[in-house]
Amino acid sequence: MKLKTLVASLAIGLGTTAALAQPANNGPVRIGFITDMSSLYADIDGPAGAEMIKWAVQDFGGSVLGRPVEVLTADHQNKADVASSKAREWMDNQNLSMLVGGTSSGTALAMAKVAAEKKRPFISIGAGSSRLTNEDCTPYTVHYAYDTVALAKVAGSALVKAGSKNWYFLTADYAFGHSLENDAATVVKANGGTVAGSVRHPLNASDFSSFLLQAQGSKAQILALANAGGDFTNAMKAAKEFGITKNMKVAGLLVFINDVHSLGLANTEGLQLADSWYWNQDDASRKFAKRFFDKYKRMPSSLQAADYSATTAYLNAVKAVGSTDSDKIMAHLKSVQQNDFYTKGKVRADGRMVHDMYLFQVKGTKESTTPWDYYKTVAKVPGEQAFTSLADSKCSLVKK
Amino acid sequence: MEIFGIPHQAFLGQLMLGLVNGAFYAMLSLGLAVIFGLLDIVNFAHGALYMVGAFAAWIMLERWGVNYWLALVLAPLVVGVLGVAIERLFLKHLYGLDPLYGLLLTFGLALILEGAFRQQYGVSGQSYPVPELLSGATNLGFMILPNYRAWVVLASIAVCLGTWFLIERTRLGAYLRAGTENAKLVQAFGVNVPLMVMLTYGAGAALAGLAGVLAAPIIQVTPLMGSNLIIVVFAVVVIGGMGSILGSVVTGLGLGVVEGLTRVFYPEASNVVVFVVMVIVLMLRPAGLFGKSA
Repeated sequence: MKLKTLVASLAIGLGTTAALAQPANNGPVRIGFITDMSSLYADIDGPAGAEMIKWAVQDFGGSVLGRPVEVLTADHQNKADVASSKAREWMDNQNLSMLVGGTSSGTALAMAKVAAEKKRPFISIGAGSSRLTNEDCTPYTVHYAYDTVALAKVAGSALVKAGSKNWYFLTADYAFGHSLENDAATVVKANGGTVAGSVRHPLNASDFSSFLLQAQGSKAQILALANAGGDFTNAMKAAKEFGITKNMKVAGLLVFINDVHSLGLANTEGLQLADSWYWNQDDASRKFAKRFFDKYKRMPSSLQAADYSATTAYLNAVKAVGSTDSDKIMAHLKSVQQNDFYTKGKVRADGRMVHDMYLFQVKGTKESTTPWDYYKTVAKVPGEQAFTSLADSKCSLVKK
Repeated sequence: MEIFGIPHQAFLGQLMLGLVNGAFYAMLSLGLAVIFGLLDIVNFAHGALYMVGAFAAWIMLERWGVNYWLALVLAPLVVGVLGVAIERLFLKHLYGLDPLYGLLLTFGLALILEGAFRQQYGVSGQSYPVPELLSGATNLGFMILPNYRAWVVLASIAVCLGTWFLIERTRLGAYLRAGTENAKLVQAFGVNVPLMVMLTYGAGAALAGLAGVLAAPIIQVTPLMGSNLIIVVFAVVVIGGMGSILGSVVTGLGLGVVEGLTRVFYPEASNVVVFVVMVIVLMLRPAGLFGKSA
């Protein structure tokens, strides 16, 4: 009896999988988005980022090749295993066509592996680690918005060239922080600077005073914060409180506009930072930003703009090649120039989306004239200079 | 001069910072100990109440320009009233049941409070300025101590002493302790025990709220600030001995120091060192350092 039930349920199970798999090519095109929806990175991407993907689908017309486009979203809680198991589940049971990855490098590296195994395009937006298109590159990964190399090169080299030679790192102790510290240290040394030391703090640390006291003891000129989100804002606040900003220059290696807003200009004035996009950079960006502001009463981060842009790029590719075949789409994405309000760039052989990066400086309270008018552009760095050159790439897909 | 291989100045600095954090842990775990000791409720909403205290101060400042000193009184009152409401609406139905019910209920409440604030204010956090009077820093010779942090230590110690005195040395405290031992008997003497219990939970909540206001100028005010801290604070209470007021104060200070020193010698472990201490203490003294074994 028991055996019979088992066999019957197995049969039903197999039957449903077959039933799900079959209408794949005329069922809905499913785009999945996995990001931090509730923890320290939720404001820079999170629910609003998910909404941007839905906006992109809506603006595209809601369907492609006569098939409706559906968006699935999930919270990875900054846990790599949660992210990869959700991605796997969607690819196995929901016939997911493409996966978009939000913030957190650990989760992105895990999802890239699943996507490569299942041969589905994976566009990583919010994760920073340069490993995604370097030693851990795959034929199906696109790294869209920025990476730690670009942050280090744009923000780091500007500071070293301006005379700040001796650096001390305060680093978030996980994949992203390590990548950022390594890449920044390389840039500092390449430009003739030195690294006095570093201290690694746990993700989501509640108190930074001890770490900052150690940094102060190093007598370095630059305190480089290789962390992000809530960790960045709390470290910045403590640095101000302990008077570190008087003797050392603080460099935020990854700063989003939401962080500047929440700290206030009084705490961030003069801070130099690298980013891929700023809402107030041109008319098309302002138009997008206004629509965002009307809904969320804040301005979009560069990641949220990139979520929209990347989704549109994918849908255009599906339309152009006439199917959701992953290999055809990847080939197409790597052959065409993207051109929208967020970016004018192109995906390279290693999966790196190469586009201009910017060095911004935070305005003072008097200079800022309208709400969220926070940055002035110090430099526009061409993509070829900002990102790892193909010659330096460790990606196995790059033919040398 | 060097201590354990680091310059004595840096060492003293870290010791001082450890005490600052420890004073803070002590005040938070004190509220938990009072609530557990007297009501037998494992109050998982404590972190959320701490967060609400910080937000109350920030909202008062933003909306009505209420200054820090006034907020220091008003915000804990608001949180205290919220605590009373929680006790009346939910907790009073759970007395006499397994403490697990209270734990789950307060945990659920904490999630709801956090979710509501996250929905409204996002996670990036709000900046609360350091009050003018306490801005600046004092040079102690071995480190620069921000005046505000020094104030937090003094305030925490005063609150801890006051609470201890109230419970251990006053008539009200005696009623309270007796009421939790044998509610019926104390009630027979004409003492309103349910009222006392309600006010105790309210006072515990107010303590959490006060800690929130004290923390606001140091860290970003975010809906996550409570959950980041609550686990450590619980470890403090467990190590000190559940319900022991003296235990939570002493352990709070001690663990602040241990954590601070870990940040110097092996920073990566600073988040777990508290739990390592907890495991060791519980192996040697299952009731905690100051707990009475049942």
